[in-house]
Amino acid sequence: MKPAHFLGLGNLPLGTRAKVSGVAGGHGVVRRLEAMGIRPGVIVEKISGQPFGGPVVVQVGRARVAVGFGMAQKVMVEPMIAEEPA
Amino acid sequence: MRLIMVGHPNVGKSALFNRLTGARVVVSNYPGTTVEFTRGVMRLVGRRVEVLDFPGTYSLDSSCKAEEVVLAGLEEMAPDDVLLNVVDSTNLERNLGLTLQLLSLRRPMLVALNFWDEAQHTGVSIDAPALEQRLGVPCVPVVAVAGLGIRTLVERIRESRPSTYLLNGRCRWEAVGEIVREVQTLRHRHHTWRERLGDASLQPFTGAAIAVVVLGGSMAVVHWVGEGLIEGVCEPLFVRMWTPAVLWLSTHWGNEGWLHDVLIGTLTGGEINYGESFGLLTTGLYVPLAVILPYVFAFYSVLAVLEDSGYLPRLAVLADRLMHTVGLHGMGVIPMLLGMGCNVPGALSCRIMESERERFIASALLAIGVPCMAQTAMIVGLAGRYPLALPIIFGSLVIIWFALGLLMNRFLPGESPEILVDVPPYRRPRVRSLAKKVGMHLTWYLREAVPFVLLGVLLANLLYHLGVIAFAGRLAAPVVGGVLGLPAESVGGLLIGLLRKDLAVGMLAPLDLPFRQTVVACVVLVLYFPCVATLPVLLKELGSRQMLLAAAIMIGTALAAGGILNLALWATVG
Repeated sequence: MKPAHFLGLGNLPLGTRAKVSGVAGGHGVVRRLEAMGIRPGVIVEKISGQPFGGPVVVQVGRARVAVGFGMAQKVMVEPMIAEEPA
Repeated sequence: MRLIMVGHPNVGKSALFNRLTGARVVVSNYPGTTVEFTRGVMRLVGRRVEVLDFPGTYSLDSSCKAEEVVLAGLEEMAPDDVLLNVVDSTNLERNLGLTLQLLSLRRPMLVALNFWDEAQHTGVSIDAPALEQRLGVPCVPVVAVAGLGIRTLVERIRESRPSTYLLNGRCRWEAVGEIVREVQTLRHRHHTWRERLGDASLQPFTGAAIAVVVLGGSMAVVHWVGEGLIEGVCEPLFVRMWTPAVLWLSTHWGNEGWLHDVLIGTLTGGEINYGESFGLLTTGLYVPLAVILPYVFAFYSVLAVLEDSGYLPRLAVLADRLMHTVGLHGMGVIPMLLGMGCNVPGALSCRIMESERERFIASALLAIGVPCMAQTAMIVGLAGRYPLALPIIFGSLVIIWFALGLLMNRFLPGESPEILVDVPPYRRPRVRSLAKKVGMHLTWYLREAVPFVLLGVLLANLLYHLGVIAFAGRLAAPVVGGVLGLPAESVGGLLIGLLRKDLAVGMLAPLDLPFRQTVVACVVLVLYFPCVATLPVLLKELGSRQMLLAAAIMIGTALAAGGILNLALWATVG
């Protein structure tokens, strides 16, 4: 079994789907992200990332949300890897 | 009883409000169009019911000014008030978080499921009766912009009731997940070209290319339409229809007298010079109606398309990194863009910025460095005869805007929050909505701005005749002449600029200034102080202490930038 690895949403490769495992931030950030649909257990897909630490756009459900890079890095995600045949 | 509309940003509350009340409220496709309460009245079984459209809020935990406005409003609810929760059906899960919070207030409530058509087109189907049963309040599918489902919604207002929904110890999002699993089915479908384009405009390279095309194209269209209307319609109309009437009146009065001076002004060789005669009936009408109105029309038509299509949040994402250098995040482009039409709505829209620091920076940058369309049109008219003047004027403004932003970001205490914004799908702008919006802006301009232009012309005449302008000119000569290199007569323009900046630019026309003075005067007129319409809005939004600071920055910047520009031009072109 492959060990789960976590990374910041900002480092998620483009076009990759990932499961949000947690938000490493204060109460305010957690709640604001939650209100936009980004909360633990949710699947996100990275749509775009701007260079030089610009915002990251992810698809959450049917919505697209732009998140500043610093805030995105607080969102820990677990990339979903296509199941390999046994 | 009042009907109180609450929902996430950009779910169509204002569109629904317009449908319910017949009012005309600005509707766009980006979060944060409505930053204040809007009040209206609708008829409900013969009764007049007040309808309140609240600014959009993602939750009932306040995290920005707009959300605080909503919370304060909810606390003031009367027992018989009804909550109308507007929900974006294409994003049911996220929206229900707020819905459950509202239900827990135990107020009479109903839910409007907006964008019902779009949800179906994108493969989202919602079992509205099941949702209604789950939540315990009426849930009505609607398409606000098209007016579908409105009648049913209105009929069911009286069925609204406090919900008995209980979380039963589950966390809110668990409960939401459960409801969504039960009432919503998603059908997979392929991406449409509109979605592909929407995502392409978010990528670094394709996005930048699209931004250049969109913004460059917008500027070109505004200029082309504006000039086209001036040369093709407005000017010929004035010359053919209006000139004979004014000349007849002039002859009737024997070409002289104080009434002649005020209404018609000075004729050059028996002819009206609409730019320079400076009478109420000549320059006073020509400037607002034939020079500015075409540009105002062109600008708001283009802006309306940008707003309704959903392009602006994408521009905000692309510009985010750059805007952080001036202490704002990407959404700061919205007050700046709106301010290019008129600084008043621009200053109001600074509320979409979360922190006080950002609101101050945005307001200051807007009031100092962003000329409104009226002023821009006049600058193009005045300075356009020197080929290099326009690039230098607007180039200087861009540099000053950035420099000032960098300084404020460096020296104001605190940090700017990061962008967190919903990027709505591209939507086809509806011609009706566009026409209504442009019509509203034009009415506002004709009703609020034109009287001030006329007042300005009257005041300019009065001050000139009373010798006030000459006196102020002598008084200010050391600064205006010494630092800025402008003639004493230009002080009249600087005085009237406190009232209307477009007119101030117009007052420079009779002075026939050479290249250097034209450039410096135009730049200083943009920078030095907000006009009389913008000042009270800034004062209200910023408070007197911050406004004082902003005013000091403005005057300081105007003198410094004007002085440097004067020296630089003197050194290079002489």
